[in-house]
Amino acid sequence: MEQGFNRRRFLLSTAGIAGGLALPGAPLFAQSANKIRVGLMLPYTGTYASLGNAITNGFKLAVEQSGGKLGGRQIEYFTVDDESDAAKAPENANKLIKRDNVDVLIGTVHSGVALAMTRVARETKSLLIVPNAGADEITGPLCSPNIFRTSFSAWQPAYAMGQVMAEKKHKNVVTLSWKYSFGEQSVAGFKEAFEKAGGKVVKEMYLPFPNVEFQPYLTEIAALKPDAVFVFFAGGGAVKFVKDYDAAGLKKTIPLYGSGFLTDGTLEAQGDSAEGILTTLHYADGLDIAKDKAFRTAYAMAFRMQPDVYAVQGYDAAQLFAAGLAGVGGDVTKREGLVAAMEKATIDSPRGRFTLSKAHNPVQDIYLRKVEAKQNKVISVAAKALADPARGCRM
Amino acid sequence: MDFSTFLIQLLNALQYGLLLFLVASGLTLIFGIMGIINLAHGSFYMMGAYMAFSLTALSGNLLVAVIVGIALSALIGFLLEWGLFSRLYKRDHLDQVLLTYGLILIFEELRSLIVGDDVHGVPIPELLSASIQLSETLSYPVYRLFMSGVCILLAALMYWLIRYTRLGMMIRAGSSNREMVQALGINIDLIYRIVFGLGVTLAAFAGILAAPVSSVYPGMGNQVLIICFVVVVIGGVGSVWGALVAALLIGLTDTFGKVIAPDYAGLAVYVLMAAVLLWRPEGIFRRI
Repeated sequence: MEQGFNRRRFLLSTAGIAGGLALPGAPLFAQSANKIRVGLMLPYTGTYASLGNAITNGFKLAVEQSGGKLGGRQIEYFTVDDESDAAKAPENANKLIKRDNVDVLIGTVHSGVALAMTRVARETKSLLIVPNAGADEITGPLCSPNIFRTSFSAWQPAYAMGQVMAEKKHKNVVTLSWKYSFGEQSVAGFKEAFEKAGGKVVKEMYLPFPNVEFQPYLTEIAALKPDAVFVFFAGGGAVKFVKDYDAAGLKKTIPLYGSGFLTDGTLEAQGDSAEGILTTLHYADGLDIAKDKAFRTAYAMAFRMQPDVYAVQGYDAAQLFAAGLAGVGGDVTKREGLVAAMEKATIDSPRGRFTLSKAHNPVQDIYLRKVEAKQNKVISVAAKALADPARGCRM
Repeated sequence: MDFSTFLIQLLNALQYGLLLFLVASGLTLIFGIMGIINLAHGSFYMMGAYMAFSLTALSGNLLVAVIVGIALSALIGFLLEWGLFSRLYKRDHLDQVLLTYGLILIFEELRSLIVGDDVHGVPIPELLSASIQLSETLSYPVYRLFMSGVCILLAALMYWLIRYTRLGMMIRAGSSNREMVQALGINIDLIYRIVFGLGVTLAAFAGILAAPVSSVYPGMGNQVLIICFVVVVIGGVGSVWGALVAALLIGLTDTFGKVIAPDYAGLAVYVLMAAVLLWRPEGIFRRI
């Protein structure tokens, strides 16, 4: 007993000392008051792990490039793996906000988790920057002065694709997507632009997420003989859909379009089946932008891999936050000045310069891209400085 | 819907139904003969699919994955019966549910540790990767026809095994009266072990076969488990023949539901189940 008690005490005290050393940001140390506390809440395991890592890399690259500081102050990171699990989201967000006392919350990929984070940020009035999740609500009905997004809204790339497909003189189109909010919002955005331009969506089809048994739908598409097909799929499902579409012989007869997630990060696995597919997104390969070239070189040097759209969004989250800090001389307590500076900022992004809408969503160019030799090559700007309508936002 | 489309959708329905039968037949055998509610049955299906992925990635050949995968899953089934399930026969259903639910968690964790949490695709073997032109716009992948062929063959084989062989006779006898069969000097424990191994292998084989057309992803086993229980309930507990009829019915309902009323497709199968249960509360068929 006696011995056990001693050992326990010994372990506890050593752990305490080790913890104190490992966390120089603990309030014990005087200089910690000068550090900016950044909370990263992103997926580091599971299906979206690579996306979470890319966002983190992008964010840290931007910080490194400004000498390891933002607004002249050192940065301290607090990270939480959100596991893309919406049920754990409020607890995880609260951990960063209340326990770690972060000055800004960065996250996340999954729309469901991001919506939960948005609600926590609204309640606690914490500063939140969303570096990926596209749920329309975040900069729509749930918008707030302390909530920003550096990616896109689901509506944006899909709306641009609606215009493109109408310009290509397609009249009758079938849509297919997973039945969950991001997919439905994508189809709604597409339909809005396409039908406004005189086209007609002859059938909207949905299947449950993450179901990938597409065969009956492909048969239905062949039977309906539409002029074209618009889909939303991502990740493994996107790989499978593009291959099945090709195997069913539809690629030769009915052109396939989608928002960019269909062919982003999936081209290696899709192989020849993806060649020639047109998609719309706020980033592309082969952009003739000096900032993009510099970014790609720096990223490849730092992480020994090519950046993707997610890395860009993480990079811009840091740039946006830096712009806010610059406006208040690094004093995060001056919230109003910080927000005002972020609102006024023009972000020099690898995707091209963008500003923020009144609802804090990027007003950005959406590119039309074509799959060529396993790259999403830019062919034109599908929509210039496209702003999300931010329906339901009162701010 | 014109006639040729209807025929092709019929083909889709048949293919889906047959695959479902392959998974559900093992479930109904284990349930009907040994009286075990095996919630981990879907995990065996997932195990098969992940075996197809890993073994194909290692060897570059799906055939190797099929052979090694079948041998491995038969072994795993045998070991599980010997180490765990054999202790469950006399326990009540609550214990069985607890143990097999625990197995689901263990299988998911093991999968996560060994293969990770990514979604994977498995390439269709070169030999079967062609497509046949069925209508002016649509081709049908040969692999899907092959899948249906294999399933029909296995169904016939199982029918023969249970109906006409000595082993089948003992299995049927064992399902109705375990003590009597034992008293006749038949090693019932071994028979149970064989049935269980067969059930596991069928589920895993279905997973291997399905891997190239339905990608391989975490949690895939639980999705299939639910629909398999629907098959067993509709077909009648313990009836392999009933599982076949029910699986085909579900294939039809699901496929045509998706096309005719896509918004309610998820519901259609359960409406079918409710309808069948109102008509025949014990399922369409009873027993083997």
